[in-house]
Amino acid sequence: MVWKDLLVERRSKETLNALFFFGLLLLFVFQFALGPDRERLAGTLPGLLWLGFILSGLLGLGRTFVVERENDCWEGLLLAPGDKSAIYVGKLAGNLLLMLVIETILLVLFGFFFNLDLTNVLPALAVVIALGTVALAAVGTLFAAMTAQVRARELLFPVLLLPVEAPVLLATVKATEAVLVGEPLGSVAHWLKLLAAADVVYVAVGVLTFDFVMEG
Amino acid sequence: MRSLLGGVTLAGLVAGLVMGFAIAPREATQGNVQRIMYLHVPSVWVAYLAFAVVLVASIVYLVRRAEAADRLAHASAEVGVLFTGLTIATGSIWGKPTWGTWWTWDARLTTVSILFVMYLGYLLLRGMIEDRERGARFAAVLGIVAAFNIPLVHFSVYWWRTLHQPPSLVKPGPGMPGIIVTALLVNFAAFTLLYAYFVTRRARVLRLEAEAEA
Repeated sequence: MVWKDLLVERRSKETLNALFFFGLLLLFVFQFALGPDRERLAGTLPGLLWLGFILSGLLGLGRTFVVERENDCWEGLLLAPGDKSAIYVGKLAGNLLLMLVIETILLVLFGFFFNLDLTNVLPALAVVIALGTVALAAVGTLFAAMTAQVRARELLFPVLLLPVEAPVLLATVKATEAVLVGEPLGSVAHWLKLLAAADVVYVAVGVLTFDFVMEG
Repeated sequence: MRSLLGGVTLAGLVAGLVMGFAIAPREATQGNVQRIMYLHVPSVWVAYLAFAVVLVASIVYLVRRAEAADRLAHASAEVGVLFTGLTIATGSIWGKPTWGTWWTWDARLTTVSILFVMYLGYLLLRGMIEDRERGARFAAVLGIVAAFNIPLVHFSVYWWRTLHQPPSLVKPGPGMPGIIVTALLVNFAAFTLLYAYFVTRRARVLRLEAEAEA
């Protein structure tokens, strides 16, 4: 499943290209909205960074299952032998990879445009980003499977996802803020634990309930 | 049975209002404003109760496929959103004279508002799906995710910031007269009955709707 999605993505580069462009546009918009004042930008940077991640995540994740619908592969997915939760894990892994690629690109762009030197904080930042991304993708994949089967899916997906992800956003933004000013990971241990707990809960609920989402 | 529940609820609400607004003593620093506590605190209790019921009913629905469980979850979520809204409204009315602002991003305000939008999304999802069985399944999944999310929301927001006074019933201050506690407990009981009344009525309407459609 992962393999198939990655292959499709590599062949078409459809989502990746569009999301890359979208990320670039976001950066422009942030700049325009906040003006060139460097200090203000630095203060809002963690929030902007995660806003960029989640907005591109919304676009990318929302398409997870739409592709299957458009290409009439939905029935194939349903008929596939084995546990439905395998589909979930596969889609989740694919989304995770896609999001991590996008986030790396966005991070480089942020560093470039906002003139940041991220090399020192990169390991700590990577931990925060990885934990946060798993939480985003876990719920996102589950909800994407639901909303793909509903009308007005583009509308419903973010409306369902954003409130549920509120704690993840708070945790990641706070942790990123601390990490960017050079604090060690130990100082944000409570946030990291919360994110880890969120990851476990979301993935577990996703695996357990995915069967019910894919029934009809 | 139903009208009996309604009658008892009404009596309880009247008793609670009389106790809270007439019998209980005026609070020394906040004055009469503080009396809104008798509505505010039971409202938030009912909201949490309602969302807990949504969780249980959702699990039961997925396991047993009992439509009654689905209707219970639906009705309970609606009543929960209503009481979350009431909590926010009464809290704002209380906050304006005491904190000097209708709204602030304090921990518990934020938690409740996140719950509010989360379960509004739940109702929105239900409204968007015509197919009854599919709607019930998806809503049940969302009901489970949302309920497991509540502790995460709680802790994240709590660490984010807090300004709220600690809950006064769990740790009663030394000077809290018994009559206040009694009045509050009567209101708790009355609001719980009101919740049960609303949910049973709403679930009945949902059942009749389903029958009319079939």
